[in-house]
Amino acid sequence: MLTKRKSGEASRGKLQSFASGLASGVIDRRSFLRQSGLAVGGLAAAGSIQLGAVRKARAAGTAVSGPQVQIKKNICTHCSVGCTVTAEVVNGVWVGQEPSWDSPINRGTHCAKGAAIRELVHSERRLKYPVKLVDGQWQRVSWDQAINEIGDKLLDIRQKYGADSAYWLGSAKYTNEAAYLLRKFGAFWGTNSVDHQARICHSTTVAGVANTWGYGAQTNSYNDIRNAKTMIIMGGNPAEAHPISMQHVLSGKEINRANMIVIDPRFTRTAAHATEYVRLRSGTDIPLVWGILWHIFQNGWEDKEFIRQRVYGMEDVRKEVAKWTPDEVERVTGVPGEQLKRVAYLFSHEKPATVIWCMGATQHTVGTANVRALCILALATGNVGKPGTGANIFRGHTNVQGATDLGLDISTLPLYYGLVEGAWRHWARVWDVSYDWLQSRFDEVPAKAGRPARTRKQNMEAPGITSTRWFDGVNLPEDQVDQKANIKAMMVFGHGGNTVTRIPEAVEGVNKLELLVVADPHPTSFATMGNRKDGVYLLPICTSLEMDGSRTASNRSLQWGEQIVKPAFESKNDYEFLYLLAKKLGFAEELFKNIKVENNVPVPEDILREINRGGWSTGYCGQSPERLKAHMRNQHKFDLVTLRAPKDDPEVGGDYYGLPWPCWGKPEIRHPGTHILYNTNLHVKEGGGAFRARFGVERNGQTLLAEDSYPVGSELTDGYPEITFGILKKLGWDKDLTPDELATIQRIGGNNVDAVSWAIDLSGGIQRVCLERGVMHYGNGKARANAWNLPDPIPVHREPIYSPKPELVAKYPTRPDERQFRIPNNGFTVQKAAVDKNIARSFPIILSSGRLVEYEGGGEETRSNPWLAELQQDMFVEINPADAAERGIKDGAWVWVLGPENNAKTKVKALVTERVGKGVAWMPFHFAGWYQGEDHRSRYPAGTDPVVLGESVNTVTTYGFDPVTGMQETKVTLCQIQAA
Amino acid sequence: MARMKFLCDADRCIECNACVTACKNEHEVPWGINRRRVVTLNDGKPSERSISMACMHCTDAPCAAVCPVNCFFTTADAVVLHSKDLCIGCGYCFYACPFGAPQYPRVGNFGSRGKMDKCTYCAGGPEADLTTAEYEKYGSNRLAEGKLPLCAEMCSTKALLAGDGEIIAQIYKERVVKRGYGSGAWGWKTAYRETVAI
Repeated sequence: MLTKRKSGEASRGKLQSFASGLASGVIDRRSFLRQSGLAVGGLAAAGSIQLGAVRKARAAGTAVSGPQVQIKKNICTHCSVGCTVTAEVVNGVWVGQEPSWDSPINRGTHCAKGAAIRELVHSERRLKYPVKLVDGQWQRVSWDQAINEIGDKLLDIRQKYGADSAYWLGSAKYTNEAAYLLRKFGAFWGTNSVDHQARICHSTTVAGVANTWGYGAQTNSYNDIRNAKTMIIMGGNPAEAHPISMQHVLSGKEINRANMIVIDPRFTRTAAHATEYVRLRSGTDIPLVWGILWHIFQNGWEDKEFIRQRVYGMEDVRKEVAKWTPDEVERVTGVPGEQLKRVAYLFSHEKPATVIWCMGATQHTVGTANVRALCILALATGNVGKPGTGANIFRGHTNVQGATDLGLDISTLPLYYGLVEGAWRHWARVWDVSYDWLQSRFDEVPAKAGRPARTRKQNMEAPGITSTRWFDGVNLPEDQVDQKANIKAMMVFGHGGNTVTRIPEAVEGVNKLELLVVADPHPTSFATMGNRKDGVYLLPICTSLEMDGSRTASNRSLQWGEQIVKPAFESKNDYEFLYLLAKKLGFAEELFKNIKVENNVPVPEDILREINRGGWSTGYCGQSPERLKAHMRNQHKFDLVTLRAPKDDPEVGGDYYGLPWPCWGKPEIRHPGTHILYNTNLHVKEGGGAFRARFGVERNGQTLLAEDSYPVGSELTDGYPEITFGILKKLGWDKDLTPDELATIQRIGGNNVDAVSWAIDLSGGIQRVCLERGVMHYGNGKARANAWNLPDPIPVHREPIYSPKPELVAKYPTRPDERQFRIPNNGFTVQKAAVDKNIARSFPIILSSGRLVEYEGGGEETRSNPWLAELQQDMFVEINPADAAERGIKDGAWVWVLGPENNAKTKVKALVTERVGKGVAWMPFHFAGWYQGEDHRSRYPAGTDPVVLGESVNTVTTYGFDPVTGMQETKVTLCQIQAA
Repeated sequence: MARMKFLCDADRCIECNACVTACKNEHEVPWGINRRRVVTLNDGKPSERSISMACMHCTDAPCAAVCPVNCFFTTADAVVLHSKDLCIGCGYCFYACPFGAPQYPRVGNFGSRGKMDKCTYCAGGPEADLTTAEYEKYGSNRLAEGKLPLCAEMCSTKALLAGDGEIIAQIYKERVVKRGYGSGAWGWKTAYRETVAI
């Protein structure tokens, strides 16, 4: 028998000995186990091994004798929880990953993706150099050639068709600085068609929540869920989509013995841990929420004082809710009244209670209304603006919150200023360019089919086309598309093509384009869609782990990530690519006027400083790069539950972790950020607030301002409107402004100084003065249960476009056809045709889609990671045993899933499970590379094909768009399943 | 010396597979070899529970009892390790192991087994600590660096605990008392011939 005593003595030997191996040029980490004879069958089966990373490691090691282990901290690029990634770097090679114990968010932990993230940087399947498609073959080109050819083509398209013919599809994996830069780039190019993944995940959340109480974001935080005594998770599966959030959810559940109610059509991995599981029919969220509220109103369980003080229009909700008796709710949703009465009791009695949602609520034709209904539930029970309460909205990617905030959105400039003239003038001042020059960049739009023409100014103020329908902007007849010409060029940055519904039509769109550019670490599904022979460029962009910059987590905390290693292979970072392209297109000088550029790379700290200078509306003004870096250095000082650092700390004293926005005023005044939005129990200088008064002061004789409610320590002890310089004067507080602040306000105001508001005052003076007096400069208003400016001011039930219950469509039809975002939304016509043709008979199964823990988004990046790919090797459909038995389908067998549009079909494996109810099927949305039964692996440039390919669920998903944001319907359509 | 153990709290495990990829990342374990995996029972049904499984580093390990070449040994920390120099890939340990821990790379065209590989509790092998030779065969040796297995350190919900058996049992007990439920220290009876009494 062998024996060996382990001394147990701690040392830091591993990396040193590894590194000395590097230095001698004989070994690198990847080849260790390969040499042990372990890998013989393994990696060979996964595909050919390319030695790019290996060679690099050797080259880096040869010149150094005593290499040092460097620790670098960045943020996981997958979901929005914002886990810190701690990397061990030796000689510029990322050799190991350690738990990030100091982060108050992840406390050392990761999910499968985070624990495998090192592979993203090393990945042998990354795009290594620029390529272009020539006669159907991928050809290597230099960066110079690529930028020149792309630039020439873009200028040609602009000349022939106008600026709106180029579509700029950005990324939720961008840093804040890159997101801001691309939005600014779009403005300087002259289009508002600049969008990103928020469109398809939480655009309806942002619209619904902002229209209810002011800001479109999670009100509390993941950590704060530890305070909740009741949580409703509706349309979300955090166990797979946001695993680290479950650490807080389950801890809260255990410590408070909290009620964890999961409402979902599918018995998810999250539901497996619930105290109560409610199975509803997909697409009936509003009746279900109204069904809960019915019991609350019926029994007087609402928080009457909270409603009186802080909510407008609850009476109108009451009228709508009265229609949703338990019988009608059960008929529509399938949920019995008794169960909902229990949920209603818990949510209104065992407080604080929070409501958590994700894409199950948002990705619907009624997404905005769903979100509004959930907000109203929280308002009716007084569950907003306190610890343990609120709308805890779990967003998707690392920086989807930040990219949304910074305006990768077709309907606004950065930080929700909108597209009105005042917004353009504000940003023109920040950018130090003339408003007239910006306007001159935009197209004039001719009159089409009887609809009026648009001047440059009008076009500049018109929202662009949504990313959910870019291909409609390509395919529709010219007279249907309200811009100078259809879309001719797609510029795709860090964005998959398979996450949008109706792929057969997207394929047609890709084929019709004149130019397709994909700038990404991987080719993405865009590169293999369609049958193009030329006009496609793939540009290797590094991951955000290979660059500096800030990211905003779902809880609004900003975290500064530092470059772990230099961009791998020939890849460049987003900043450099945008700079080179702007230079080629001729506006680099204007674009980077106040941003330092070093060796063609714009300095991210400088970009953030510019954001700070213009970000007053959303409180992106106080988070200087210096403060954010101090937070990363002092992560261990922040409290797990309150996220606050002790007041006496010299660097971060009193701050909330990551200075969650809004962080008011200039960085020097050291506002701590806002952990919990709309919290009147704190002074505004301590992160307190109120509902935002952004919708006026009065409507139909009722006040829109708060009554007898105000943040602690406020000098104004009732509701008040947004503060402008004029109001400041009336209050006599203008004397508190410094001469410099006053001069800036006067310069901005010109002839109308009184109108200068807190949001466009570049001096920060109005904010500073208000904060000193305990007043919230954005006003102290009421939240709106009635949002009169939305298509459905009070949410009403509308059946899905493809309803499995056609008999309900007459009573609950979708909204009438209407033109939205430059193109028609013909949902009503499509719904009517589906009923007339009795689609529900030939396609009797509800099809829904969602996430797997191993993959993310379109999945090209994660499916290229062998550590993850090994865990999910096949695309599948979940089907109920009863439905499978009827069709003679066995678990693991190949099946065809057929969709009701475009004769679409997908070939996938059957997973027979009770996880889905009878008559329901579910597919994950991360797969691509197969199309209607054909394997398209050969279409990838050699060596860049992901390990695992599969059919995309969106090949069989269908028409349907939210009227407010153009959100697609991915959660309810109909399908038929057959054995293959 | 501490008696190192694993404990998986099935009421916390959400089958996120972080333990699986953390292990791959730490030791560069190739495709097809799974030192750790997550098993879900009653998948999709109301009683669904998941458990992360690997070598449990048993007391009187059955793998060692059946090994024809005596390649197993137990360290002072009670970690069960083996020598790949001695292993002949016979597969007996696979049949003996109650947890399905031993893994074999396929070598050659006829499905013949290579040398056995399994969870080392991040403690390397018989070679001198923290040497290249040790790393090549067994992966990294975190224990020698004063760290615990990465799978447990990175567990998303802190369901998987690793460390001194008494300490992790205490953590688990406190958890169960606080929340009022617990399905027990899974596998302990088999591996350690004891349970966590609450």
